[in-house]
Amino acid sequence: MTVDADVARRRIEELLRENEAQILHRWTLIAKASGEELTEIYRALLSSLEHGSSDLADLRGLLAELSRARARQGFTPADTSRAVFGLKEALYEVVEGDGGPDAMRGFIWFSRLIDDLGLFTFESYTTARERIILDQAEQLLELSTPVVKLWEGIVAVPLVGTLDSARTQVVMEKLLQTLVDTGAEHAVIDITGVPAVDTQVAQHLLKAVVAARLMGAECVISGIRPQIAHTIVTLGIEFGDIVTKASLADALAYALRRSGIEVIAPRATRIAVRTENV
Amino acid sequence: MDRVPILKLGDILIISIQIDLDDQSVLALQEDLADAVVTHGARGVIIDITAVEIVDSFIGRMLSTIAATSRLLDAQTVVVGMRPAVAITLVELGLSLGGVRTALNLEKGIALLDHVRGATP
Repeated sequence: MTVDADVARRRIEELLRENEAQILHRWTLIAKASGEELTEIYRALLSSLEHGSSDLADLRGLLAELSRARARQGFTPADTSRAVFGLKEALYEVVEGDGGPDAMRGFIWFSRLIDDLGLFTFESYTTARERIILDQAEQLLELSTPVVKLWEGIVAVPLVGTLDSARTQVVMEKLLQTLVDTGAEHAVIDITGVPAVDTQVAQHLLKAVVAARLMGAECVISGIRPQIAHTIVTLGIEFGDIVTKASLADALAYALRRSGIEVIAPRATRIAVRTENV
Repeated sequence: MDRVPILKLGDILIISIQIDLDDQSVLALQEDLADAVVTHGARGVIIDITAVEIVDSFIGRMLSTIAATSRLLDAQTVVVGMRPAVAITLVELGLSLGGVRTALNLEKGIALLDHVRGATP
């Protein structure tokens, strides 16, 4: 670092410290953020300048916090970084008042630092957002694959939404684990809510059925809509000896019959009508 | 070399695999089992793999081989207690164990054998 640059930096530091109240006031006006947050960031900026510009961990932490908080309040990342950039404008008024060449040179350096920090808020906003998206995707994966018990010894997996490898894997594992836990001998995979079936999805379904069969349970695929049946035939997918049913009700009836349970409708009550001769 | 014990229950032979099988013990088990089926005149064989956590294609083939051998000797084979991870692995390996009956646990395996014999006396 040249002596000039060092002098310029120190001048900016002095200006920042001397005119703290004024700069903070201007910054708060420009940034439209709460004064407390900005004061805290300002203090952190000052202390990190004291320790040399390499030590920005505290400051970055505060900025990340600010960025997250504002993202939650519905601010765009552009708003947040604009708020940070506002410090430049606030300082510029002081630098202009000072008018010295050192202050001007220092301002260029300071502005680069603020640019970095502004970009950092943008970055932390994106990271926070990405984490939210990842979490939600995971939650969706968990939510979308319940295994329900239909009857003693009969479980069903109602699948809703597009199936991909990752989801089918989760469904398969969950189904097989449920078979172990409940000792169910019949499983129904209901694909009423699956919008499309291609060769890959069919492959996954077949694997799930075969795996269940290996464990000693019988698997029925139900809820095949007419279009899907058409697609499956057109694609030339062979379901082999796997039992398929049109609706969940049919599958349940089949599973009940297989496990030796008979469902009998109660006999209709007889209505006797007697005519009387008048 | 560890030998897998073969237990006799009525006319059913029960094999519970509790150890990590190496190729030698698999071959030994196949021979022992064929001998035992003939000696005891067994009608059913139950292979319990509840404790097996890792399978490879060799073990997958062993199950098929035992089933085929036993069928020649007029005994039905049921594989019981397969873990989900094992089932998934076998499917991924492309082994569907054709001709092998499966049940969730030992109890259901015995019930299945009784049922089969009841149907074809």
